[in-house]
Amino acid sequence: MKILIPIKRVNDYNVKVRPNQANTDVDLSNVKMAVNPFCEIALEEAIRLKEGGKATEIIAVSVGDEKNQEQLRTALALGADRAILVKTDKVLQPLDVSKVLVKVYEKESPNLVIMGKVGIDGDHNQTGQMFSALTNLPQITFASKVELNGNAVEVTREIDGGLETLSSSLPAVITTDLRLNEPRYASLPNIMKAKRKPLEELTVEELGVEVKPTVTTLKVESPPEREEGIKVENVDDLVEKLKNEAKVI
Amino acid sequence: MTKILVLAEHDNNSLSGATLSVVKAAEMLGDEIDLICTTSNISNLEAEISTLSSVKKVHVFEDKIFENEIAENTVDCLIAVSDDYDYFLASSSTSGKNIMPRFAGLIDIQQISEVIEVVDGSTFKKPIYAGACIATVKTEQSRNVLTIRTTSFDKTSTDGGSAEFVKHDLPANNTNKPTFVKNELTVSDRPELTSADIVVSGGRGMQNSDNFKLLEGIATKLNAAIGASRAAVDSGFAPNDYQVGQTGKSVAPNLYVAVGISGAIQHLAGMKDSKTIVAINKDEEAPIFKVADYGLVADLFEALPELESKL
Repeated sequence: MKILIPIKRVNDYNVKVRPNQANTDVDLSNVKMAVNPFCEIALEEAIRLKEGGKATEIIAVSVGDEKNQEQLRTALALGADRAILVKTDKVLQPLDVSKVLVKVYEKESPNLVIMGKVGIDGDHNQTGQMFSALTNLPQITFASKVELNGNAVEVTREIDGGLETLSSSLPAVITTDLRLNEPRYASLPNIMKAKRKPLEELTVEELGVEVKPTVTTLKVESPPEREEGIKVENVDDLVEKLKNEAKVI
Repeated sequence: MTKILVLAEHDNNSLSGATLSVVKAAEMLGDEIDLICTTSNISNLEAEISTLSSVKKVHVFEDKIFENEIAENTVDCLIAVSDDYDYFLASSSTSGKNIMPRFAGLIDIQQISEVIEVVDGSTFKKPIYAGACIATVKTEQSRNVLTIRTTSFDKTSTDGGSAEFVKHDLPANNTNKPTFVKNELTVSDRPELTSADIVVSGGRGMQNSDNFKLLEGIATKLNAAIGASRAAVDSGFAPNDYQVGQTGKSVAPNLYVAVGISGAIQHLAGMKDSKTIVAINKDEEAPIFKVADYGLVADLFEALPELESKL
């Protein structure tokens, strides 16, 4: 039982990202980078499956430049057994990343692929669904509970109306929502051990994926600021303002 | 001629309000707008869809497999009718997010998610970094898949249309897919969160799920929907479908009342387009006051009962 976990390098979620001076992109210079929180949740789920004796190997894979090694080392420190970095200096879009992951999937033949539902940088929420489409694997998005029983998985999903449960045979693709689990922190001994775990490097070209920059960013701006309002003294004041000034009640 | 296909979202009983906003966005791209409706019962939806003035044709796939939504089933139908279209649109609901990227992947198109503004036929604005920045993106593709953040668009006219309903047979595919087991949908007499005129939301400051019920009296008096911050949902005060914010729902009501919500950027991303925002919080430094039109610094356990009695 082998699990593949794609890992995305993004800004630390505590950092407020701003546009650069020229408004051509965001300014990530001096911004602390981290594993995308949803990918961390995916990895944590795999680690728990392994600890529960239901999985044997966890492979973390990242697509991007050399710096992605940092996030893969974090994944190894958290509990992945080995890592693959598919290198490129280009900025890849979700469709490109899905195609790269398909190649890695074909190479590794995992029984389960668990990935974050969205990167907190681009907010696309696409890669898992595209990957599932291109591999023709059952697609289960936005998981808040995963139960693995032999060669089948039952997953509870968070949907707009509440919760929904789907079941699927394996292999399958699951994307994680926030409440699936609370990821652990890496311990110091595990961080040391992670340095000796295998990290294989491939390139996007080697895998034969043609990267197409089909959607380009023209401009990045701060959203329009809301004007700061007023403080009201008490509940009477609030009710009066809502009735007579804002006229919303 | 530019042709646009919109995914009709519904619960097999009524059309989602989100679809009306998606059609509005479609009108900015061209005037040949068709719908695709995969449903277990088209007769429940036909009258409502017929009110949409700008819709020309409705592709209907009717079968009991559409009683519950399996992305693979819907996408197989989208593929079957996709040849003639230049744009494919759905809302950025959990349903649109589940279905559209899968479809985009199969037809080799890079999707543009969460569109908040149509600048022109190839240029769109969308939030990135949880709404901390707005990106203007340009597509070089001749065909495009978009999901629409519906709170950024008005609703299309429902004065009556003359859409032609075209029934299709189910496509025969060998798509691997999951099977439906069950759902636990929240049943409520209140207005739906994303379309309510007034939303009353509670955060971590509510302290527990019993206290969270303090919002109900106010919501009833105002005919409001009830929402929650991520912290409140994570702590189990409210169900997941109450969550407003980056990973929950985007809302833009006339009045948004945030109670005991500090105002993390992820929460603001889902509600700052509301017309009037009220914040009730005992911490006067809480970031929520920066976006609030009316801020009340108070202990919510005193303010809420008083507010309920004075409405």
